[in-house]
Amino acid sequence: MFKTFRRGGVHPNPEKLTRDSEIVSVPVAGVLYLSMNQSIGAPAKPCVKAGDVVEAGQKIAEAGGFVSANVHSPVAGTVRKVETIRNAAGFWVEAVSIEPSEPGVPLPLPDKTLDNALFADAMKLEPKEITARVREAGIVGLGGAAFPTSVKLSIPEGKSADTFLLNGAECEPYLTCDDALMRRWAPQILAGALLMARAVGATRVLVGVEANKPEAIAALEKAARTMPSPVGVVRLKTKYPQGSEKQLIEAMTGRIVPAGGLPVDAHVVVDNVATAFAAYEAVCLGLPLTRRVVTVTGMEMKNRGNFLAPLGTPIESLAEAGGGLPQEGPVKVLAGGPMMGQAVAVLSAPTVKANGGVTVLAGMDILRRVEKNCIRCARCVDACPMGLQPHLIATLGKLRLAPEAKDEGIMNCLECGCCSYVCPSWRHLVDYIRIGKTLIRKELKR
Amino acid sequence: MISSSIIVLGVIGIIAAVLLFWAAKKFRVDEDPRILEIEDMLPGANCGGCGLSGCHAFAVACVKEGSLDNLNCVGVTSEDMVRIGSIIGAVPPPSVKRRARMKCQADCTLRDVHNHYAGTRSCLLANNLYMGETDCLYGCLGCGDCVRVCPFDALSIPEGHVLPVVDPDRCTACGRCVGACPRNVIEIAEIHPDENQVWVACGNKDRAPLAMKECSVACIGCSKCVRTCKHEAVTVNSFLAHIDSTKCVGCGECVEACPRKSIVIVKMAGDPKATTLGTETETGTAPGSYNS
Repeated sequence: MFKTFRRGGVHPNPEKLTRDSEIVSVPVAGVLYLSMNQSIGAPAKPCVKAGDVVEAGQKIAEAGGFVSANVHSPVAGTVRKVETIRNAAGFWVEAVSIEPSEPGVPLPLPDKTLDNALFADAMKLEPKEITARVREAGIVGLGGAAFPTSVKLSIPEGKSADTFLLNGAECEPYLTCDDALMRRWAPQILAGALLMARAVGATRVLVGVEANKPEAIAALEKAARTMPSPVGVVRLKTKYPQGSEKQLIEAMTGRIVPAGGLPVDAHVVVDNVATAFAAYEAVCLGLPLTRRVVTVTGMEMKNRGNFLAPLGTPIESLAEAGGGLPQEGPVKVLAGGPMMGQAVAVLSAPTVKANGGVTVLAGMDILRRVEKNCIRCARCVDACPMGLQPHLIATLGKLRLAPEAKDEGIMNCLECGCCSYVCPSWRHLVDYIRIGKTLIRKELKR
Repeated sequence: MISSSIIVLGVIGIIAAVLLFWAAKKFRVDEDPRILEIEDMLPGANCGGCGLSGCHAFAVACVKEGSLDNLNCVGVTSEDMVRIGSIIGAVPPPSVKRRARMKCQADCTLRDVHNHYAGTRSCLLANNLYMGETDCLYGCLGCGDCVRVCPFDALSIPEGHVLPVVDPDRCTACGRCVGACPRNVIEIAEIHPDENQVWVACGNKDRAPLAMKECSVACIGCSKCVRTCKHEAVTVNSFLAHIDSTKCVGCGECVEACPRKSIVIVKMAGDPKATTLGTETETGTAPGSYNS
């Protein structure tokens, strides 16, 4: 019996098209654009100027506050400009553009074997020092939320964490970047997890992986036997949204995070496997977060696969590496997977730290059905992992009745899309819920 | 059997009637009949354009204040306001007509469309998600949030149009559309019957090279209008011109000078009966606008 969360969830067709493709390093693009908005919170402040020569891994922007992250150059090269560019959604963001000194040459892949001596040394570090190194390396949550990891590791006064959960669920259909990472660098991931567990003072370390990734589970179990302290590998049922923080905590520990609360309120800290890998590199090897594995996928993509790409690679050159966008018909490009991914409006926009996938949909897949009336079948209620009534809060949002929607718990919605996925009338439930949430946020600002 | 039921029900009925009669006398609330009279004359849309919570609150306020100096219903004609004034024995101050108008005139023919938005037709949502179908971050999204919130059916997106059109006869300047627009494309303007209306139909604050790429009628902040205006009514702030309506005399010289056709004019012809505005415009595009 695999573990899972109790309420709701759906099982979309996983379509893990790239599950067996090895990680390939993409050639470095002609110009890399490093957005200053790489994380939730304040944007970073550039600390280089046009014409500066930068080393690979050199800091190019300073965190703009406590909830913010440093940005480093992925390659050696020259700073072309500090400019405003459009991000994937088309909004203006500040960015540092870097011309690599060796464009077209792929970055080397990280070492497959774990450096045990360095890891043993790192495990003797003070927890504060681990957090400081993670902060210096500019690590943010790589699962998609881009929350600065050092903030997560700094447990607030009066709170404590006894369990460190490593999120390898990767419940999003199509995406396989975490799967590929776990298969290849399982020891490093567990080492990173143990270091972060040390930083927060957690005594129990668990890794949760969905059962549809047996190779990753085997690799992790093999690596866990070599670790200095015990790491539990938990098999999770393949169900979306298993990788959502609150759902994962419930599935793996049985604890419930209070509404509006943080995981630390349930004495848990959760981090993604890619974040753990970055933490290992930062703490043991002193490498900042400058590259990540991105899944480029889609039925029409001929060379789809898992690519190691430097941050700031334009999304269109990643699509090019994946075989190029289909020429015929309209195409939908998503930053992320099909359930939670955001549609890309500007293809020349660069990837950011949180961007783990480029999903290209075409043909029937991008068809949005005409919505019909709600037939009160309550399938959305069954599917909602947060126990909300999506049909109700969606209607309230559509009617712009913000206070009523708030009373019905609209702010607890994850926007996971389970309700829209199961709706037999193809109602745009998440869209309406977003309207309601936007109205409430607007009122809060006032 | 039947007779006893009739007697019991009859007695209960009589007791209830007596109680109700007593309660009606005892708990009677005397409301000024003028409140109802005024309320009957109001549109009943509860639009909030007067600044009060609704039409009833407005009527109560009229009777309480006894004057119309600070009270004005935007939903009724000025003759109706005079009649409301006669009920409470007050004369309304000379009213200024106010109407909503669009600060964007760029439909698909004037702005390049780069992507297709397939989400729910909601400006609020689209503005939250991304920049919109064109490159301009300031222009109308065309999803019609303003049309849906208008209590007077004054806004519509007619067949073949992308931008909403304001019906000047129905618009009461209640301001609902201004609040609903996530990009502040709509503004409320005072309208003087004998003065041409001139305004900058653009909200683009990007620098000139960007603005020129984004939209063919975007204001680029070249300040030609500032130099042309003899009445010092035009200013340019963050690459966007603004016309001060209190100083503008409606001569229309800036409209001719504008190289981007961002400034528009609606001629009022000095005819007080010309309520159907915008039958002719200098640019010919009838921006945003008062179509006849």
